[in-house]
Amino acid sequence: MSTTLFDKVWDSHVVNKISNGPDVLFIDRHLIHEVTSPVAFIGLKNRGIKVMYPEKTFATADHNTPTINQHLPVLDALSANQLKVLEHNSNEHGILYWGLGHKKNGIVHVVGPEYGITQPGATIVCGDSHTSTHGAFGAIAFGIGTSEVEMVLSTQCIMQPKPKKMRITINGNLSKGVTPKDVALYIISKLSTAGATGYFVEYSGEVFTKMSMEGRMTVCNLSIEMGARGGMIAPDNKTFEYIKDREFTPKAEKWEKAMAYWKTLKTDDSAIFDKEISFEGGVITPMITYGTNPGMGMGISNEIPKVKDQNSASASYFKSLSYMNYNEGESMLGKKIDFVFLGSCTNGRIEDFRDFAKIIKGRKKADNVTAWLVPGSHLVEKAIKDEGILKILNESGFELREPGCSACLAMNDDKIPRGKYAVSTSNRNFEGRQGQGSRTILASPLVAAAAAVTGIITDPRTLF
Amino acid sequence: MAYDKFTILTSTCVPLPIENVDTDQIIPARFLKAIERKGFGDNLFRDWKFNSDNTPKKDFVLNNPTYKGKILVGGKNFGSGSSREHAAWSIYDYGFRCVISSFFADIFSANCLNIGVLPVRVSEEFLNVIFESIYNNPTVELFVDLPNQVVRIPELNLSESFNINDYKKNNMLNGYDDIDYLINMKKSITDFANTTPL
Ligand code: SF4
Repeated sequence: MSTTLFDKVWDSHVVNKISNGPDVLFIDRHLIHEVTSPVAFIGLKNRGIKVMYPEKTFATADHNTPTINQHLPVLDALSANQLKVLEHNSNEHGILYWGLGHKKNGIVHVVGPEYGITQPGATIVCGDSHTSTHGAFGAIAFGIGTSEVEMVLSTQCIMQPKPKKMRITINGNLSKGVTPKDVALYIISKLSTAGATGYFVEYSGEVFTKMSMEGRMTVCNLSIEMGARGGMIAPDNKTFEYIKDREFTPKAEKWEKAMAYWKTLKTDDSAIFDKEISFEGGVITPMITYGTNPGMGMGISNEIPKVKDQNSASASYFKSLSYMNYNEGESMLGKKIDFVFLGSCTNGRIEDFRDFAKIIKGRKKADNVTAWLVPGSHLVEKAIKDEGILKILNESGFELREPGCSACLAMNDDKIPRGKYAVSTSNRNFEGRQGQGSRTILASPLVAAAAAVTGIITDPRTLF
Repeated sequence: MAYDKFTILTSTCVPLPIENVDTDQIIPARFLKAIERKGFGDNLFRDWKFNSDNTPKKDFVLNNPTYKGKILVGGKNFGSGSSREHAAWSIYDYGFRCVISSFFADIFSANCLNIGVLPVRVSEEFLNVIFESIYNNPTVELFVDLPNQVVRIPELNLSESFNINDYKKNNMLNGYDDIDYLINMKKSITDFANTTPL
């Protein structure tokens, strides 16, 4: 029978099927961080059990860590305590822990692939919805709640009804200035934030085949913002090249054996999806969001849709625009901004910093802009220095911070003040996401860079 | 047993007819620093409930004593966004046992089921009928019958059935959780683990 990539990976991990209920799915890799794991460990304690396979769980501290002075004690007492608890739990259960200050520390979805924890054909979960990032390697990866974190710690399995399958195909070529982030924001603007709810998405077509691994991670990362359980891309030579020789990938004969299996991981020609959607790559332009959910996005030179031309109820639509203090029918170009955030598991990788540097090189940071540039990990930070990007940033008046989630969810001190506008390369523009009363405009690193040097929303294509 | 059993719930409702209510509104990230599951109810919809100076926002429904009850009725695509179970905890801790909407985000509804809050998905039309009847009469009671998978507005003699898979239904009815089930099948899990390459 013809099957999809998703079926192949899912079916090979089903321990048991419950009739008219979920599947019991075996989990190969479990990533944990300080925020969504403490209550799960309390659950284990209450049941009097230990972690079943500690070698399959990996811990990193990222969500509430400071991004300056990481060598000093964490000042916020609650954050410090959460970090301490993660360290304690990891030690007690024999889980590998890359805490603050560790050279392998970074955002969970950035370090997973960097050290080869992420592999094709694996099932990967984490108590963070952007776990979908790891799907870029042909893994089934998705976010889970704390009860499920406890499930995986205690039994290495979770109970999941098998999602439906959707394929999103984009052929053609992307125009200059159009990045993977724009591709994802474009899809979400077409599908809405609920358009893929209940589905697991496979991305296929020339646009994704030509895309770098970093780009594929950005796209898969944002799958959750269209409501999907996750997104994945079939592994190819680019994937194998990327993971080869990383710390946790198989070596020697084991590598050969793994490769033989990984090469089978693709959707058969006649396999059937529950839903197929396709777009043309050439029509996508640099994107920007104007509202308070990632589905409220448009081409940067378009006008904010009139209420009659969009799909949400008018009260919800106007609530959103009034939060942003924007009007229907307006253009976004030229609007003043206050902050720029380059970072997060969506766009905190080396390629994103290269893009940012391309635009700001030879220009100066605008005076009205505060810029927070936060690498996704210490490895990214090192590459920024090694490639000479740090020098370019500094010459243009930018500074680099230390790795972490930072202003993506503003749990640490990196909070956008009330009423201020931030052009952010992260993934959510919800009300208050980046700080109480903050206003977020989601965009690519190129658009963020253009805003950073002009102080207003600017089409990056005018700066090439 | 992990949480209270859920069978039949009769209660007045709190209406929140806003679409795409996301998890950052349900519980803002700055309240996720706890290491225990305690006190999340107080911060439910914190930034919709309070001004920046901590004075209550009068027009927000949770500050309006007219509306109370164990059922929260929300607009389409309720619970989108993050996987934080804290969102479901805050709803439970506030005192809700059931959320009704015409559409739920996946992870949010799974989280609710895991902690004993019943997500009930109804049609867009029926959701509007529910909103209308609450606004007409805030003391109107809804009858959520899990064994028969029906939600009814007795006053109007209207009802609609809802879906839930048998396994989850059984868990809710008995207050079981998945971990109890999985621990009982540990042997098959170990056998399975021995055959996996990773
Ligand atoms: S960067 Fe943002 S989305 Fe990514 S793991 Fe951190 S908090 Fe989650």
